[in-house]
Amino acid sequence: MSECADCHGCGSPAVLEFPRNAQAPKAVAVIGPPNSGKTTLFNRLTGLRQKVANFPGVTVEQHTGILELPDGRALQIIDLPGVYSLNPRSEDEQVAHDVLTGKRTDTPRPEAVLLVLDSTNLGRHLMLAAPILALGLPTLIILNMADDLRNRGGKLDLAALSKELGSPVALVSARGGEGVDKVFEFLAGVMAKPAPRELPILQDVPKCRAWAGRVSGQASYRAPIPPKWTRRLDSVFLHPIAGPLVFLVVVIAVFQTIFSIADPSKKAVEWLINLSGHWLAAALPEGLLKSLLIEGVWEGVGSVIVFLPQVLLLFLFIGILEDSGYLARAALIADRTMAKVGLQGKSFIPLLSAYACAVPAIMSTRTIENKRDRFATILIAPFMTCSARFPVYALIVAAFIPERQVLGSLLSQRTMAMLGLYVLGFVAAVVTARVLKSSILKSGRTPFLLEMPSYRWPTVQSLGLRLLDRSKVFLRRAGTIILLVTVILWISMNVPYVHGKPPAPESSLAGTIGRTLEPAIKPLGFNWKIGIGLITALAARETIIATLGTIYGMDPKTQELGLQNALHHDLTPGGAFALLVFFAFAMQCISTIAVVRRETGGWKWPILQFTYMSVLAYAGAFVANHLIH
Amino acid sequence: MAVKRRKKHKPPLDKDFGRGHTEIEMQLSSNSGQPEVPSVPLVDLRRGDAAVLDHIDLPGDDARRLMELGFLPGTTITAGLSAPGGDPRVFQVDGSEIALRRETARRMMVRKPKSAKTPRIS
Repeated sequence: MSECADCHGCGSPAVLEFPRNAQAPKAVAVIGPPNSGKTTLFNRLTGLRQKVANFPGVTVEQHTGILELPDGRALQIIDLPGVYSLNPRSEDEQVAHDVLTGKRTDTPRPEAVLLVLDSTNLGRHLMLAAPILALGLPTLIILNMADDLRNRGGKLDLAALSKELGSPVALVSARGGEGVDKVFEFLAGVMAKPAPRELPILQDVPKCRAWAGRVSGQASYRAPIPPKWTRRLDSVFLHPIAGPLVFLVVVIAVFQTIFSIADPSKKAVEWLINLSGHWLAAALPEGLLKSLLIEGVWEGVGSVIVFLPQVLLLFLFIGILEDSGYLARAALIADRTMAKVGLQGKSFIPLLSAYACAVPAIMSTRTIENKRDRFATILIAPFMTCSARFPVYALIVAAFIPERQVLGSLLSQRTMAMLGLYVLGFVAAVVTARVLKSSILKSGRTPFLLEMPSYRWPTVQSLGLRLLDRSKVFLRRAGTIILLVTVILWISMNVPYVHGKPPAPESSLAGTIGRTLEPAIKPLGFNWKIGIGLITALAARETIIATLGTIYGMDPKTQELGLQNALHHDLTPGGAFALLVFFAFAMQCISTIAVVRRETGGWKWPILQFTYMSVLAYAGAFVANHLIH
Repeated sequence: MAVKRRKKHKPPLDKDFGRGHTEIEMQLSSNSGQPEVPSVPLVDLRRGDAAVLDHIDLPGDDARRLMELGFLPGTTITAGLSAPGGDPRVFQVDGSEIALRRETARRMMVRKPKSAKTPRIS
């Protein structure tokens, strides 16, 4: 007996057939519990590439994309943050709730709903179906992760479930693409309001769960066996001794790889840039344009681009952590440390993602229910070593620390120095959190609840797409902000003209500004060139590399040395150490300031944060400079 | 056909749940009845121990979120692995694994089944 015969007989909405309809809804919302795969489905439907990862709370704001139906009509698909119920507790849940109930002015009110549930845990996930069906909007119930369900021996009767819920049901694997055609059919078809057999009292959680249990029972739902590999891996990763040890070894190995294996690739990019630079230099006539392109753009922007392979390697590592499901375990292990400073494990996830970039990290604090905890996390996130600091550290470390092995051949001094800088940022964050949580942001505790996702293999495709996107972001920054700053710098290095010749670097406009600033930064061991670098780094941290590349490239004394050697000759070891500390603490990032203003709803917190971090950076650099002296 | 199949494999978890819940419905604050097994805090369970949740001794909002995650009175909870030092600990409940801090688990009272080995109440 087929499933279809079942449902035609009783006249309930069909599981497999959807008659065509000329009046498709304009906006369709994708909703579901956290980590049920909503964004994976959204990306598949719209062809967009919103970020997905294997832990709850990746999506924290609504995203809209256009889906084109086979007949040419276009629909707006709205991807929403995950919710456990329609009683929001955190900022991201509030967003989902408001969009769904039409309370947001920036997003159209959805006319239909795609409810994405994890088919491997249907009993509990069906609880969310009650409040969603009660909205009265046409709903397709998508049971995601069909492949997992099958592999682990679970099954269910789709027709019976569809009958119970009075809505069409589709078994889908958003990751593999299986069953996605059913979603298209639903969207193109006639949509009826849901007619569930019964709905529980929505405010009563036990009744909702009992209802969900009854419904999944009617659908002969057989839960899959627990994921064996997740248990096995957890007994290693959550082992009291082996767990933290494995983490430490992996982190050290990654840094070691970034320095050793990535070095040849860096050389290759450097070679390419030099080659194209020479070629360009030969093709261009002597003059200002040549000077701008070679000394300005090639030396400046080029010196940033050489770090692309290393930054990508870092992102590959972060991507594997996020996609595999390990991140949630890391948050678990870190929770105790976080508790000591008054925060909770949930704050650790934004802090970890701040190693990539503080901007999305600050956005992802929306999953933290307690507002004061959330603000404290926002305020400390920029201390984490973001990927824009990485090239700066790598340059200075390579210029001043000799490549020597410690502990046999396991570790190099450079790796140690890099790790030390990462730890320095983390310590600054934790101490600041302690101060904040025991003073202006003191609060009662909210229970720490974190769902542990099953481990999954990161797919080559998803990691590849991430790296591609990151390369684009990196190159776009190099081609816009950094290029612009470099051109402005080049111009200010070339005025005023003396006797028809460009001025000496010290007496140019940039040199004058730098030397005016010099007395203020002298105690830190910085000269005027570094001073100019610090100013341009306000636009984006790695701009200092381009700036120094340009300045040293234009100075006849350092022209032939290459950036790394020029820096080595220009700065004392104390100054270099001070510069590292300065970058570890300072908030040199316009985008971060902007996102803090948006997320905290005013200028008060970003101004406080910027001032605090700047003072700390100055004081830290002062101490660092005098320690080495 | 669907009806027949339903009888064959009814998920044991939901069966347990249904029973427990109908008996102690919205009782979340104090212990009424069932004095046979004394209730102990969830935090006392050791790794691999299973017990049935009796009530949650937390403010309404927090208790509600815990219930939405599957911590409902009458549900069987199994203590799993923990972070180094035993805090927080992962609990297996209602088909998922949820990490809770000791301070939260201390406020959740459970009853161990008489035969400690079998998690199911029958």
